[in-house]
Amino acid sequence: MNRRIYLDHAATTYLRQEALDAMVPYFGGIYGNPSSIHTFGFEARRALQAARAQIAEVLGAKPEEILFTSGGTESDNLAVRGVAQANKRKGRHIITSQIEHPAVLKTCQTLEKEGFDVTYLPVDQDGIVDLDALKNALRDDTILVSIMAANNEIGTIQPIEEIGRIIKGNSKAYFHVDAVQAVGVTDMSLDRLTDVDLMSFSAHKFYGPSGIGGLFVRKGTRLSAIITGGSQEKGKRAGTENVAGAVGMAEALWLAAQEREEEAARLVKLRDHLIERILREIPDSRLNGHRQKRLPGNANFSFDYIEGESLVMRMSALGIAGSTGSACSSASLDPSHVLLAIGLKHETAHGSYRVTLGKATTRQDIDDTVEALKSVVKDLRDMSPLCQKG
Amino acid sequence: MTAMYSEKVIDHFSNPHNVGEMEGANAVGEVGNARCGDIMRMYLKIEDDVIKDASFKTFGCCAAIASSSVTTDLIKGMTVDEALKFKNAAVVDALDGLPPAKIHCSVLAEEAIKQAIDNYKKGQEKVQ
Repeated sequence: MNRRIYLDHAATTYLRQEALDAMVPYFGGIYGNPSSIHTFGFEARRALQAARAQIAEVLGAKPEEILFTSGGTESDNLAVRGVAQANKRKGRHIITSQIEHPAVLKTCQTLEKEGFDVTYLPVDQDGIVDLDALKNALRDDTILVSIMAANNEIGTIQPIEEIGRIIKGNSKAYFHVDAVQAVGVTDMSLDRLTDVDLMSFSAHKFYGPSGIGGLFVRKGTRLSAIITGGSQEKGKRAGTENVAGAVGMAEALWLAAQEREEEAARLVKLRDHLIERILREIPDSRLNGHRQKRLPGNANFSFDYIEGESLVMRMSALGIAGSTGSACSSASLDPSHVLLAIGLKHETAHGSYRVTLGKATTRQDIDDTVEALKSVVKDLRDMSPLCQKG
Repeated sequence: MTAMYSEKVIDHFSNPHNVGEMEGANAVGEVGNARCGDIMRMYLKIEDDVIKDASFKTFGCCAAIASSSVTTDLIKGMTVDEALKFKNAAVVDALDGLPPAKIHCSVLAEEAIKQAIDNYKKGQEKVQ
């Protein structure tokens, strides 16, 4: 097997060369602790602050509003738990959606056990949050609403501005946006999204290194630390900073912003070509997520009568790397909570296949993927007792 | 291809043996449900109390398909009494092991065989 086509960019992207080059000095020559007051510390501190300023500029924020974390999961934990802890005297009600990433969902479930009240908003068949339900759920004691910018599985993009207006027009709650899949891919400028108080992002989703992410915290937002220790990151996130990671993330985000519009247009074209071919050429297939309001590189399909793990592994044997929301790829018996939330039956949700395109993806890759999928889906259906057509 | 599964599992998954509906099967068993993501249907041809042929159709993950495939190999040539004593451990052994979360796939295979023989015996009683 020579050919390998990577179509799992929502899981992680490769580290781009420019980001790696920017990081290299900080793995060797420049190794001071940014908190140290000698020249070694100063050099590291200067790099860290330059990275912070660059990230803030791209996001339309102030440098002091950017906190470095270990990645998207930590940023989500810090936002949800940190706001809950710091504001619990004002209220104990949190609103989120049924299709959030586990980093938000599990954190909310843990907070429920600690006495917080959580509302999980439903979504429509395309995965868009029910805005009437949001309006009705807001209460005097609501302290936080956490909604993702774009879903990691089905790619659906939420109307963040509208959600922000509803929250701010009807409550005093903070608004956290998990933008891990969106930053670097869609426009998440915080000088435009003025109702957003906190926003999570992660470098390895936009060709930066893994192990580094960030949380935007708008000035004036009350937030408690969840990792305690030293006074790094204004006391909101203890621990010696990952200088090389921060430098790499800043470089990757800067370049992503320069290339964003052109690359998004290219990906949308490839994605739509893929979607059209699959729906036309493979019977009993469906697209999950909104047809237009979706991430440029995301396509998520369900194929009736077959199971997703088998599909992923047969595709992998042909050199094509995608993913699935089937239960069989995890330890639980239930398939993806996202696919169930948009109303898929269990058996349909088991047969999902997610393809996420990226910078290196070509039209040839897409056509090869369609051909491979046609043959793998047919093989597995021939084997399936659910498929009467043989 | 993946560290999760043994080479035997991958072999059976990639090139499963005895796939498909069987003409003239006189024992058919189906277990599992689509909700959980696994359905196994086993076809047996029993003559003079011996399983002459076996095949399967399975909706499920890699381990479910590999378990079905290896079970049809193992069960061929067994007497009905031997097949009734067939245990999922034999499936796991023949596949050089399964991950803990996938052991239930081998149990399904055992159950599908028992179900098929059960149905066969019920049919025999009616004839007599």
